[in-house]
Amino acid sequence: MACNSATCNSSGCYKEYEVEEEQRQPTTRGGINGSATTHQNLCVKCKSNEPVCCGIGGDDARFCKDCFKTNLYGKFKQAVSYNAMITPSDKVLVAFSGGPSSRVVLQFVHEMQCRAQKNFDASKDRSLPVFGVGVAFIDESSIHSFASQDAEKAIEDIRSIVSNLAPPEKELYVVPIENIFSSDNIDGKERMKKLLDAVSDVTGKEDLLIHLRMLSLQRVASQNRYTRVVLGSCTSRIACHVISATVKGQGYSLSADIQYVDSRWQVPVVLPLRDCPAQELNTLCSLDGLKIVELLNGPCSSINGLVSSFVKVLQEENPSRECTIVRTAGKLTPFHFNRIPDIHDSSVPLATRRRQKRHSIKPNGSLSSESFCPICNSPLNKSNFSSSLRSLQSNENSDIFAAAAACSSCQFQIIPKEPSLMEQFVSLLPQPLITRAKHGDRGDFSLLREQIQEFLLSDGEDEI
Amino acid sequence: MEADAKPKKSGPRLCCICNQRRAVLKRPKTLEQICRECFYEVFEEEIHQVIVENQLFKPGDRIAIGASGGKDSTVLAYVLSELNRRHNYGLDLFLLSVDEGITGYRDDSLETVKRNELQYGLPLKIVSYKDLYGWTMDEIVKMIGLKNNCTFCGVFRRQALDRGAALLKVDKVATGHNADDIAETVLLNILRGDIARLSRCTSITTGEDGPIPRCKPFKYTYEKEIVMYAYFKKLDYFSTECIYSPNAYRGFAREFIKDLERIRPRAILDIITSGENFRISTSTKMPEQGTCERCGYISSQKWCKACVLLEGLNRGLPKLGIGRSRGLNNDIKKDTKQGGGTKSIESKQCGSLDF
Repeated sequence: MACNSATCNSSGCYKEYEVEEEQRQPTTRGGINGSATTHQNLCVKCKSNEPVCCGIGGDDARFCKDCFKTNLYGKFKQAVSYNAMITPSDKVLVAFSGGPSSRVVLQFVHEMQCRAQKNFDASKDRSLPVFGVGVAFIDESSIHSFASQDAEKAIEDIRSIVSNLAPPEKELYVVPIENIFSSDNIDGKERMKKLLDAVSDVTGKEDLLIHLRMLSLQRVASQNRYTRVVLGSCTSRIACHVISATVKGQGYSLSADIQYVDSRWQVPVVLPLRDCPAQELNTLCSLDGLKIVELLNGPCSSINGLVSSFVKVLQEENPSRECTIVRTAGKLTPFHFNRIPDIHDSSVPLATRRRQKRHSIKPNGSLSSESFCPICNSPLNKSNFSSSLRSLQSNENSDIFAAAAACSSCQFQIIPKEPSLMEQFVSLLPQPLITRAKHGDRGDFSLLREQIQEFLLSDGEDEI
Repeated sequence: MEADAKPKKSGPRLCCICNQRRAVLKRPKTLEQICRECFYEVFEEEIHQVIVENQLFKPGDRIAIGASGGKDSTVLAYVLSELNRRHNYGLDLFLLSVDEGITGYRDDSLETVKRNELQYGLPLKIVSYKDLYGWTMDEIVKMIGLKNNCTFCGVFRRQALDRGAALLKVDKVATGHNADDIAETVLLNILRGDIARLSRCTSITTGEDGPIPRCKPFKYTYEKEIVMYAYFKKLDYFSTECIYSPNAYRGFAREFIKDLERIRPRAILDIITSGENFRISTSTKMPEQGTCERCGYISSQKWCKACVLLEGLNRGLPKLGIGRSRGLNNDIKKDTKQGGGTKSIESKQCGSLDF
């Protein structure tokens, strides 16, 4: 590796990095075929230290401890710089669950910040500020049924992990998930329970929770003026998402979820560990003694659970299967919001704006105004419109806006079908979701309306 | 809603479609409890709608039904001839079978097809590997063993079906691929990273640029319902697995789909919907299509795959053309495939993957 400094973004370094990757390939195959013995079991990169063997195959079996770490950090750093995820004037919020993936992403963001700080201290003009880092933990103890002392212990551990990181200091936000209902609401817990209980499908319940978690993260981020939300989604996690989205019929919107950058949200979400398999992250945690806080959930009988055990079996059969799955899905056309929006703000220093490089980002897709599912925020395709048109015609009187504008997957697994239950469900939804539905109403509902215009007896839009 | 959410009621339940007769079955696709007559009705009507909406056939078309004697093709032959009569499609239907030359498997299943010929009054054409290529599968397996034999069989069958269709002078071939097969193919193409096939595998009609297009009238029909239909109609079909690939049905992907179907029957249709809606840019490079210099069959290379494999067999180099070869003259390639001992991710290795 030519240069690992956080502020060295020159493309030369990365090209060099890629060349290394290519050169490594033949050695890899040799290793598999058993000719590795000729290398006398040395790290394939530095050829001086013994490789670590914490996992089964993969990068960790061929590298020594240092090279393994450098390589993993390199993948992270490459994702960050190629996609302009973090610029010096940013303030990033790391979503931290306590698991290995988010632990590693926290560590890497921290290391990157340390290097930026070092460079800042050393530079003369100090034109590039050091980006800020915050950590958010979404406390879901009100939903899960683990003992309260376990939850308290977990939060305690998370506090110590974050406070033990070297300066610059990182603010930690421990946010109960029920806070998405406006904060003055005392019975948030109760409402949360009711909302989830209104969803009868096990998978639907899990998915709704995921959407609500993202909502909480967005809320924390925007309230505290963060400019990015950093997720620890690793290759394995994304591979599972590819399969489960396919199984749920979300083939159209799938490509929106699996890119490095997702600017659908008020605060753009970035996935710098997209190229790192879970196994390598686990290895790093054990090598570096990174503390993990895990709150175990019971065995899950949902589609998501079935998918992850399926992917696990495939991965055991072929160690690169997860990467292949993510690579396949990566070939799908992304959406226009899968990039960091340009900085037009002239108050941002020019040096920062200039640094916003986009090496590999092609202008993707048309900039057509997409419409989004109010529940899961996935972009809707045209065939969705016709189905929502049908539901629009069939039950005119009930509170239809949620069902009519939702994607078919949410309609099936989250929104109750019975009109009275649905009304109740909609009344329980947190404000941001309702705002989103109404917002969609303005732009895209009118599109629906246009199609049925001649059959409507009044002109007012308020009735719907 | 997940499965098994039905309330229990005492006494015989009435069919939830006609509300008159007693319900005797739970429809696999929707879990509705319905009677036998209504099941026939919805089963056939759905296929009719698929045919009409997708304009699979034109009046006067000559259609070959790829018939193996198994449940899918037997039900297809039965339902198509029924619908053709009922809705006046105006089709000339034929049965087209491929004889791979597998003793104890194909010879028996062909007997079934021959009975179907009489039962449904459809003319039958059988093309054999022996006639087309000079080799039976028995002879091929004797030479190359049980590894990669499915590659030979698959490549040869595809071409044999086209040649048989040409001999019958048909306009289209209808195959018995069902919704489970297509869902499985979508997943496999994701697992293998094959974006080109992923974009094609959910089309109901394929090969429209080739000599004879193929269509899949059972694209949305669940395997379980096909079995159920064949069972209630007491259709005569052959249900033994191929002796050279006895465990072909127990692939990971197939098992996964069955597990999914158990907790959410709709998942099979959802996978197909996903497959249809994937945002795949149309500019993906397609291999240029030419013709094989040896036999004239469509091929993107100098020789078609069947000719390469055949050349290997005849020259005593059976590994020629197997695995990833770059160009024809790269003679013997190392067999890169893993041994057959492990369970495969694919289930129907035989012929069902070449959409």
